[in-house]
Amino acid sequence: MENSVEKPETKHSLAAEGLAVGYDQRQIIADLSVEIPTGKITVIVGANACGKSTLLKTLARLLKPSKGRVLLDGKSIQSIPTREVATQLGLLPQSPTAPEGITVADLVGRGRYPRTRWIRQWTKADDEAVADAMTSTSVLELADRPIDELSGGQRQRVWIAMALAQETDILLLDEPTTFLDLTHQFEVLDLLVDLNKRDNRTIVLVLHDLNQACRFGDHLIAMKNGAIVAKGNPADVITEEVVHDVFGLHVKIIPDPVAGTPMVVPLGRHTTRTDRVQDMVASNSAVAALAASAAANGVCKPSER
Amino acid sequence: MTTAEEAVHIISHARAVRQARTVAVIGVLAMLVFVTFCVSLSLGDFKIPVIDVVKTLFGGGDKATEFIVNRLRLPRALTGLMVGAALGMSGAIFQSIARNPLASPDIIGVTYGASAFAVFAIVTLGMTGLAVSGFAIAGAILTAFIMYVLAWRHGVSSYRLILIGIGIGAIATSITSFLLTKARVEIAQQALIWLTGSLNGRDWSNVQAMTVTLAISAPLSVWLVHRLRILQLGDETAYGLGLRVESSRLGLIVVGVFLAAVATAAAGPIGFVAFVGPPIARRLTRSPGPAMITSALIGALVVAVSDLIAQHAFGETQLPVGVVTGVVGAPYLMYLLARTNRVGSGG
Repeated sequence: MENSVEKPETKHSLAAEGLAVGYDQRQIIADLSVEIPTGKITVIVGANACGKSTLLKTLARLLKPSKGRVLLDGKSIQSIPTREVATQLGLLPQSPTAPEGITVADLVGRGRYPRTRWIRQWTKADDEAVADAMTSTSVLELADRPIDELSGGQRQRVWIAMALAQETDILLLDEPTTFLDLTHQFEVLDLLVDLNKRDNRTIVLVLHDLNQACRFGDHLIAMKNGAIVAKGNPADVITEEVVHDVFGLHVKIIPDPVAGTPMVVPLGRHTTRTDRVQDMVASNSAVAALAASAAANGVCKPSER
Repeated sequence: MTTAEEAVHIISHARAVRQARTVAVIGVLAMLVFVTFCVSLSLGDFKIPVIDVVKTLFGGGDKATEFIVNRLRLPRALTGLMVGAALGMSGAIFQSIARNPLASPDIIGVTYGASAFAVFAIVTLGMTGLAVSGFAIAGAILTAFIMYVLAWRHGVSSYRLILIGIGIGAIATSITSFLLTKARVEIAQQALIWLTGSLNGRDWSNVQAMTVTLAISAPLSVWLVHRLRILQLGDETAYGLGLRVESSRLGLIVVGVFLAAVATAAAGPIGFVAFVGPPIARRLTRSPGPAMITSALIGALVVAVSDLIAQHAFGETQLPVGVVTGVVGAPYLMYLLARTNRVGSGG
């Protein structure tokens, strides 16, 4: 294909127009239009069952909308051969399954599927793409290891490497941090920022943690009941009103002491434990803010799906 | 930090190691199959030295040897090999599609459906030979079709396919039992021998049927195996990689059913070959993939060795080959179920 030569110029755009999506009789999304900013990291946030994964799956053509369409470069994604779409748009599902005993290099290599034909042999270019994908996700030294032996964070990086081996400009990830501990969550999110910065890749992901969404997202989409409540940069989207509207939770928004992005501090029913709050305020405000962030993490806990 | 050049080298090296192992395993297995094949041709009421068997196969040898080997023993041995290979491939396809080692055609309903139809043909219609085979094929295809339609809900999920398959298998088995209890004793016995899976009295017509089947399905499998490797990653990932998931799965099921159906028609439902072949193949090649060629060779080897045992290990008594494969396969099924239960997953 020609886009390997003029890759920086041919940035693909992704948008949706009047989408209605549902499973069986239940309608999840009624009428939704959205434009994904090219070359940015977009984070979709919202309460459980608000339709954020449904939106992501529809953008990735896994679900067929009953009304409206998803537009890839202005063309309906359903009208483009799915294999061609796969050379422009990569997807990491929420819980991908690997065959037992598959090695890292083998799995990442399967990401080359949309770029090969059964008649065409594996070439040096394929090896290069796989090597590049594995280098940029730091899984090269795991090449010969079976994937079942890896830690959750390593495994997630391997799956991202597989999606990268597709060499797509757009990468969609469905809750990539859900099953990871805090360290690995940040490892994966930092990696996504690297990938965005290095190749100007458009990245769309669903996240549960609002503070992480604010810190890593250039563009936020807040959803409720299958509709978009607010979108824009994190500072505009994550306001006390919007969070209350979307999650039904009263919060305080303060600047993140590390990144300066909005940080959500929930006000639960038992927040005013005067005895402890005074202790904290006495020590220093940054510690208080961090403790509050931890509390926020607890409240925005990922669903156990 | 490794350079890009070194990284590429690591990748191509890893790929070469994987391929080298598979090639070595295939080479060794092919030798074993050939040796077993020659031994089975040499044994019998009239023993022929293995070296003469090999000579005869390649055109040498005297008239008497040629008659015994080519006329009397070759059809049976060839049918056994090809039936085994077909079952091995069919098992590899089904287990990979469903991502579950339980999903082989002899565990889910396909071969049970074939059996029910064949027994109907033998018992109620009084048929023999090729007509029974025809009914068996029809039964397998009809069962698979019903299974697929019932499992369909916005696409076919593996889990539903297995459960529905087992359910339909149970129905088919009870139909078979019903027919057997209604039948006269001599006819029921004839049907029972067919049901155990036997290579007795196979002739060139069986060889022809199997050759045609393999000649059609082998290239198809090579073409589809590429898709099977993607399908193994789960439906969503496969969609993401641009695979047309439903049509690929349907195509693979058709090939898998076709292989199992013709094999069952030729030799009866030889149990557990499709079930144990692919896992052994995957373990030997350490390959996560479907390991089609290796599975075919293991299937052929299992049937050939089992038939050798069934024919010659018990002196005068000749057993149907299915008895021997059952003795080997049943413990493996129990092991797998026990292990699956412990792990708490579908494998």
